[in-house]
Amino acid sequence: MSDTKTAPEAQARKIPAPPVTIESKPFWDAAAEGRFLIKRCNGCGKAHWYPRGLCPICFSDDTVWEESPGEGVIYTYSVMRRSPTGPYAIGYVTLNEGPAVLTNFVDCDFDQLAIGQKVKVKFQETENGPPVPVFSPV
Amino acid sequence: MSIKGKAYIMGAYEHPLRDAPDISTPQIHAESAKGALADAGLTKDDIDGYFCAGDAPGFGGMSMIDYMGLRNVRHMDSTETGGSSYILHVGHAAQAIAEGKCKVALITLAGRPRQQKFGGFGGGGRPGQLTDGPPEAGFENIYGGTTHNTYGMCAMRHMYEYGTTSEQLAWIKVAASHHAQWNEHAMLRDVVTVEDVLNSPMISDPLHRLDCCVVSDGGGALIVTSPEIAKSLNRPKVKVIGAGESPKGPMGGHDLDLTHSGALWSGPIAFEEAGVKPSDMKYASIYDSFTITVLMQLEDLGFCEKGQGGKFVADGNLISGVGKLPFNTDGGGLCNNHPTNRGGITKVIEAVRQLRGEAHPKVQVPNCDLAIAHGTGGSLGTRHGSATLIMERE
Repeated sequence: MSDTKTAPEAQARKIPAPPVTIESKPFWDAAAEGRFLIKRCNGCGKAHWYPRGLCPICFSDDTVWEESPGEGVIYTYSVMRRSPTGPYAIGYVTLNEGPAVLTNFVDCDFDQLAIGQKVKVKFQETENGPPVPVFSPV
Repeated sequence: MSIKGKAYIMGAYEHPLRDAPDISTPQIHAESAKGALADAGLTKDDIDGYFCAGDAPGFGGMSMIDYMGLRNVRHMDSTETGGSSYILHVGHAAQAIAEGKCKVALITLAGRPRQQKFGGFGGGGRPGQLTDGPPEAGFENIYGGTTHNTYGMCAMRHMYEYGTTSEQLAWIKVAASHHAQWNEHAMLRDVVTVEDVLNSPMISDPLHRLDCCVVSDGGGALIVTSPEIAKSLNRPKVKVIGAGESPKGPMGGHDLDLTHSGALWSGPIAFEEAGVKPSDMKYASIYDSFTITVLMQLEDLGFCEKGQGGKFVADGNLISGVGKLPFNTDGGGLCNNHPTNRGGITKVIEAVRQLRGEAHPKVQVPNCDLAIAHGTGGSLGTRHGSATLIMERE
């Protein structure tokens, strides 16, 4: 992330600590161990994002945590050029499990980002909080 | 019209917890909704009206509608009157049902004031705060999403799917500037060209500075009256003939489509109620936080086919006296103003001017008897509420 030689436009913007709720705490505890969790519903079988106690698709309250390799493709992105900490890239990744995830793209040349590009999750440190999932091109 | 006998309370559920350290406020809303639906013998997707007050985390009802995946909601009300809100909501729901705006209304309440001692859990630690904070906050707000880059994401995807170009988007700004030159109050009165827009600095790909609206102070107000009072007043009469509304959000992230807005649903409801169609409109006020906002909403409202917005707005088609659909003749948010970053009211105000024949003579649409005002609040790139209003000069 801080290697400006290989990634001249890599995000310098620091990510603030995510607000952790009782509902999301298992996600962030796993993130601290480098594991990326999603929620899957035992009612309809579908995965969803962001993780919820009740399935936003079928409303079953039988949702379970599942570890995901965090692989998918870029659905869309935008590079914010006007930022006091330099450019950063935001976008959605469509996970191989189905749901789309809002995230930042890091450790890459922002000018080479493209819709459809394969990406994989990694975790980035935050200040006084758990690490958060971000994505980089594979 | 009275609500008497027009609506029934068919489901009710009281959450059993009195001390809820282990589940979030959104979850209590959702569990309560699930309980009331089960009591009524209905399912989540039957709900087409959602009512909540200040205890609902997030932006009006937007976050809870998205959290619960209420994909068929076409009527929303987040009136806040403290503890009485939910009684008031029943009255409002009955009105909405009596008017045919919804058939199955959900009203929810939830909160965890006893958990304020758990300062580590979201906003619950802040004394006096009603909610745990928006449930999406930990998974979205941290990534530096702004209006610029979340609308940029929509534009990027629209370009990818439909071949829309920056030149086409620029035409929207060009049209707005042609109108703003006649508005003495407009912040930006210089007429700009497509090249000016493309040469302005990139803010968030693919949106340039001139693709963005202004930031302004200011305000506005509207008076809506009964027909009897309207007749008694010495002003041209602008009749409300149709209204539609709809939320849109990722709702779990399946089938995400950032190339359309909630106008896809709010528009047809309003046009059907009014008994008119998009091609009947003589004037259109279209929310213009960014050029892409206008393009997507024009498509969703049916002014052109999906994906054809770029061609529709090009070559001055939105310029009054030049094109087929005069839009935002005050200069809109792109050039005139955007009071407190909320452009909805100015959209109605300029439509009223047009229908009264009181717009600037250089931009007044001849014989303007039908107009639309349409807006989007929140972000097209995450979750938002769309509202469509059809008005007729009487």
